[in-house]
Amino acid sequence: MNTLLNASLKQLSSHLANKKISSTELTTEFLNRIHELNSQYNAFITVNEEMSLAQAKTADTLLASGRASPLTGIPIAQKDIFCAKGWLTTCGSKMLSNFVSPYDAGVIERFNLIGAVNIGKTNMDEFAMGSSNETSFYGVVRNPWDPLAVPGGSSGGAASAVAARLAPAATGTDTGGSIRQPAALCGISGIKPTYGLVSRYGMIAFASSLDQAGPMAKSAEDLALLLNVMVGFDFRDSTSLQRDAEDYTLDLSKPLDGVRIGLPKEYFAEGMSKDVEAAIETALDEYRKLGAQTVEISLPNTPLSIPVYYVLAPAEASSNLSRFDGVRYGYRAESYSDLGDMYRKTRAQGFGPEVKRRILIGTYVLSHGYYDAYYIKAQKLRRLIAQDFADAYKHCDIIMGPTTPTVAFNLGEKSNDPIQMYLSDIYTSAANLTGLPAMSIPVGFGDKHRPVGLHIIGNYFREAQMLNVAHQYQQATDWHQQSPL
Amino acid sequence: MQWEIVIGLEVHAQLSTQSKIFSGASTGYGALPNTQACVIDLALPGVLPVLNRGAVERAIKFGLSVGATINSPSIFARKNYFYPDLPKGYQISQYELPIVQGGIVLIQIEGGEKIIRLTRAHLEEDAGKSLHEDFHGMSGIDLNRAGTPLLEIVSEPDMRSSAEAVAYAKTLHSLVRWIGICDGNMQEGSFRCDANVSVRPCGQEKLGTRCEIKNLNSFRFLEKAIDYEARRQIDILEDGGVIRQETRLYDANKDETRTMRSKEDANDYRYFPDPDLLPLEISPLWIDQIRSSLPELPQIRKERYVSELSLPAYDATVLTNSREVGDYFESTVKLLPAQTKLCANWVMGEVMGQLNKEGIEISSCPIMPAQLAALLTRISDGTISGKAAKTVFESMWQGELGKDVDALIQAKGLKQISDDVALEGLIDQILSAHPQQVSDYRKGKEKAFNSLVGQIMKATQGKANPTQVHSILKNKLEQ
Repeated sequence: MNTLLNASLKQLSSHLANKKISSTELTTEFLNRIHELNSQYNAFITVNEEMSLAQAKTADTLLASGRASPLTGIPIAQKDIFCAKGWLTTCGSKMLSNFVSPYDAGVIERFNLIGAVNIGKTNMDEFAMGSSNETSFYGVVRNPWDPLAVPGGSSGGAASAVAARLAPAATGTDTGGSIRQPAALCGISGIKPTYGLVSRYGMIAFASSLDQAGPMAKSAEDLALLLNVMVGFDFRDSTSLQRDAEDYTLDLSKPLDGVRIGLPKEYFAEGMSKDVEAAIETALDEYRKLGAQTVEISLPNTPLSIPVYYVLAPAEASSNLSRFDGVRYGYRAESYSDLGDMYRKTRAQGFGPEVKRRILIGTYVLSHGYYDAYYIKAQKLRRLIAQDFADAYKHCDIIMGPTTPTVAFNLGEKSNDPIQMYLSDIYTSAANLTGLPAMSIPVGFGDKHRPVGLHIIGNYFREAQMLNVAHQYQQATDWHQQSPL
Repeated sequence: MQWEIVIGLEVHAQLSTQSKIFSGASTGYGALPNTQACVIDLALPGVLPVLNRGAVERAIKFGLSVGATINSPSIFARKNYFYPDLPKGYQISQYELPIVQGGIVLIQIEGGEKIIRLTRAHLEEDAGKSLHEDFHGMSGIDLNRAGTPLLEIVSEPDMRSSAEAVAYAKTLHSLVRWIGICDGNMQEGSFRCDANVSVRPCGQEKLGTRCEIKNLNSFRFLEKAIDYEARRQIDILEDGGVIRQETRLYDANKDETRTMRSKEDANDYRYFPDPDLLPLEISPLWIDQIRSSLPELPQIRKERYVSELSLPAYDATVLTNSREVGDYFESTVKLLPAQTKLCANWVMGEVMGQLNKEGIEISSCPIMPAQLAALLTRISDGTISGKAAKTVFESMWQGELGKDVDALIQAKGLKQISDDVALEGLIDQILSAHPQQVSDYRKGKEKAFNSLVGQIMKATQGKANPTQVHSILKNKLEQ
């Protein structure tokens, strides 16, 4: 069993192809494991054995008929932000605690199409707003490396599930770091592709211009296989990009000779803790050994990322979350006197404090008289931040730094200090503001033996190169194979 | 004091696309509640809008028809407010950069034409409907209409009377149907007007405080609402009061407007660009393609009817009210090019009169232009009188004798006596039978002439060709 739990997707795929195991058996293994351990981690909100096993059965038919593709029959944990037909889809909120989706998100559809198995819906910060998975209506998620530590957020359930080997792989979404930060904190790999590569259709919107889905798994190679499934044009998403299909596994084995790694001096300054810095420096040494060069670059507008992000993301969120009004679906207050009262009580009772905080911020910055000073200004600064990266890529091929300033903090440590919480996205939010692809891979441990993540930011559409760079490192090291169990 | 009324109109024209502006659901009218609302119209979590190209094309058509600028890019924005029939909690509209900017509409008023300037026209989605009847202590929501494409056409405050406002609204109504972007059905709400009304002392430049009257869905209500509202404002000002800027509703039953919400209660809509929709880029090539597909516009055709067909401006206006009527007239006149006025008279008179009487559209007219032309040919060549032609027309309308003009004239014995020899013999008889009238006429009593004509007509049961009767009679009397 242990070999199965730690197996790569490639290995699982070959076991399935060679009939060493059936999808039904594999799915049952993971379902049993979730049954046994989910109470410890709270990584899943919904598990539906019947539906998962039905999918596994279909996958077994596909496998038997020889029409299987690499991920056919493999259980994937789906973040509860993706609408999945017949599944409770809560987005971590009381507001949607009774919402069973009548339709599939684009991402879910693509996994269904190739016969992957939905092993369950993972826990997350409410409406993806949070960096610790403490804002979920369904309770906190535990970091498998240390039950006192947060798993990160908002895709905390996904990261915890993969790290605890409750699922071979998972999907996440990333609006300001929600794939990369929990991946870093839980010692797994995760990638947020270039904005527009993965369909947002059916992915419950937080901040539309920043949201992007991506895979979370044990290794870069796994991520490449998952990206092959997830990336693709979807006419139902007007921001989806129409590009030729790419095989993200093709460049994995390329040597790194001559690759220029840009190190932003602003990232290697105050703010990064010593333990994280040490792990990152060791990783960079490894890269030099692998033939890459490192060059210092500058991203002078780095300090603007967080303020710009916390104007734009709440602005969009305040509008995106207006549809949760108790009228058509989801939670509605039990008693109310009139329409206005119904709206107020439904939203007051249905949303948690962090969501309310962001709706208030967003409503404020879009208000008459404040719009220019906040929203318009933030959009201008957003372009400046993008220009920083465009300039930087004249001097390097790829950018590296820490994914987070510290290792996982303790549960409750920052939940009463939103500013401190927001600062944990300091390195990650720029990739969302610019739309650049970015990923995190595990590169060792810091204080209390909590994982450290290396942040890799690529140029637009350079996911294959990023995965190559990550994979080469993972060929030379074994951080990604370490498990907390 | 003399007061000047200042009016600007906002017209919502429902665009005639098969599907909605941001979803694939049908826009058909009258379906059972919520049967034409898909997951996107219901604003389920996670759904996204995809712009309907047909709606954009129609907006461009409109822009080109009024000589406006087509903005590229134009931007879709969210207008945020809560209402149960607004499923997303925001309406997707256009705010800072609308697709159509500027343009003019020419209206026909007493004493000539007037230019009404357009501010802009923008694309947006309609909301659903709240149904307050039929539900005890509750409201029903029907989202079939949610997401229906609208073009909101905003004019400058260029109108100075309710009559001008109605003329403008009618011209616009005719134009959107002419270019095929809106069915113009006002009962079904496909064409609705909001009127901004203010008054000011004549000669004052500064505009008065305006009130907006919402949802006027007939030209008559538009006129009455403006008249009432202007009177109301003038009364307040003359009593020394001030006008409060507000949104008002017209109550057709009471023929009055009343406050809906004041400016202080106005929502802060928190407009911002919709991040789900990219800026709308329109290529010059696409604009050219649409331009070349446009029909001859009513204004151009109207001018042509006056200059080439020598029709009076009034006739040209009536005949270009709708493209179908214009085309019908044009097909008729093509077969009878020397008789443009006769064709115009008959299309405007008999044809449209009969259509109105039966409440049918010209597209279902039982008499085809070629058949009408055949009938009018028989008037112009003197075979029948205009009066007889009306009898034939009625028979044709009923489908008698396969609508064959000549067969009907024959069967009904309506052919005129146009034979000079026969008429002369007849007139000689009448003259000798009425010596008194003859001598009266010769003494200068003009009336006697008509009496003699009457005798001739009586003798021929009205079939004598009146033109010939006139000239023969005149000749004989003046011999």
